[in-house]
Amino acid sequence: MVFQKGGQKVEAEQKNIVIKNLSKSFGEDFVLKELSLTLFDGHTYCLMAPSGAGKTTLFRILMGLEKPDSGTITGLTGHRISAVFQEDRLLEDCTALQNIRLVTGHSVSSQEIETAIQRLLPKDSLGKPVREFSGGMKRRTAILRAILAPASFIIMDEPFTGLDRETKLATIRMIREYTKGRLLLISTHNAEDVDLLDGEQIQML
Amino acid sequence: MMISIMCNKRFRGWFKNAFIFLFWLALWQLLTVMIHNRILLAGPADTIRSLSVQVTDAGFWKAILSSLSRISLGFFLAFFSGMLTGCLAFYRPFLRELLSPAIQLMKSIPVASFVILALIWTGAENLSVLISFLVVYPVIHINTIAGLSHTDLRLLEMARVFRVPLRKQALSIYRPALYPYLESALKTALGMGFKSGIAAEVIGVPQGSIGEGLYMAKIYLSTGELFSWTLTILLVSTAFEKVFLYLLKQTIGYGIPKRRTESGS
Repeated sequence: MVFQKGGQKVEAEQKNIVIKNLSKSFGEDFVLKELSLTLFDGHTYCLMAPSGAGKTTLFRILMGLEKPDSGTITGLTGHRISAVFQEDRLLEDCTALQNIRLVTGHSVSSQEIETAIQRLLPKDSLGKPVREFSGGMKRRTAILRAILAPASFIIMDEPFTGLDRETKLATIRMIREYTKGRLLLISTHNAEDVDLLDGEQIQML
Repeated sequence: MMISIMCNKRFRGWFKNAFIFLFWLALWQLLTVMIHNRILLAGPADTIRSLSVQVTDAGFWKAILSSLSRISLGFFLAFFSGMLTGCLAFYRPFLRELLSPAIQLMKSIPVASFVILALIWTGAENLSVLISFLVVYPVIHINTIAGLSHTDLRLLEMARVFRVPLRKQALSIYRPALYPYLESALKTALGMGFKSGIAAEVIGVPQGSIGEGLYMAKIYLSTGELFSWTLTILLVSTAFEKVFLYLLKQTIGYGIPKRRTESGS
């Protein structure tokens, strides 16, 4: 594990997430082997790794969707998690607003959600069901859902897949604005994203 | 221009349907003329004549109301209990296994056997309630499980991560998966339930029912009356089916677009 930026020692607080010797295998295939990592609350981390290095498995364990074979994770209980999955996982018959409202409850007003949608999606998309969206629009909806959810720990699995540069920059601006003060863990293949997100790079080998 | 094309299409559709209807009506009349025996086959004119006499009789409407209310009661009971046990069996596989023999039995035992048994148990009065229940319940139960089993697991994972309350999950994730299965099941079950209910009435002959009307038509070899009762059943059953499917669409199916779906009915 290599920290390229912001690797200064910070006293672990209660909401920091500490991963120790985490291992996970599927049959004979070791996806994660003795992974140790500390994620400090309020920081942004960019996880970079080649395909098959176990990023998605790590995310699934953090989200509570998989159990590790061995190792411990502490500090997760104090967090409420939101996520951008590898797939968009949207309710296709619902609008972007309805998809976001499903996870936000009453924590965010409809007006706030609409304003956020209008910043990332075309104006005429408000009344349309998600099934009529392009791939990029669906991706942005999934990102909006994650950043608007009342979560303290946001996980994003390759969120910029399928976005053109201009859209990606606008999306990153919004992510930075909306996730300030919250713990953000993003997997990406692009080293430039680390600077754009002002994050700390984690290299998984 | 657009409106003109649409009107043209609609007109062609009506014309086609009218042609099909008239074709079969003409064939029916032709067969009636050829057979020339009112006991073997009553023609369209005889049927309409018989129906026009029946509609003036208060007993006719009472019979429809009585049969419809009994069959509907059995149907609604089957619909709600089938959905309830289907949901419970989906969450508790043991319950699914426990209910499975009873469901298989209901599916495979001939309706006539049930009718005889029901006559012994409940008498003729509530026979059609029980029979329509027994015919409809397994279809709804099985399709509820099938629909819930086809819920998108990735969406359920998303809901779990975001801590979406169960009520919202039921409305937004389970409901769209369940609806096509319920709709398809109902299309089958509504017709089956109605036909079986009437068949049970013909065997049990409860007083003042459609079944009794059919039975009497058989006794007096009044084929015209038999046909008019059959036409009545057809109309009532179709109306019942349309109303119930409309109610389903407006409640469980609200906001879910129509799609081609496969179901396990």
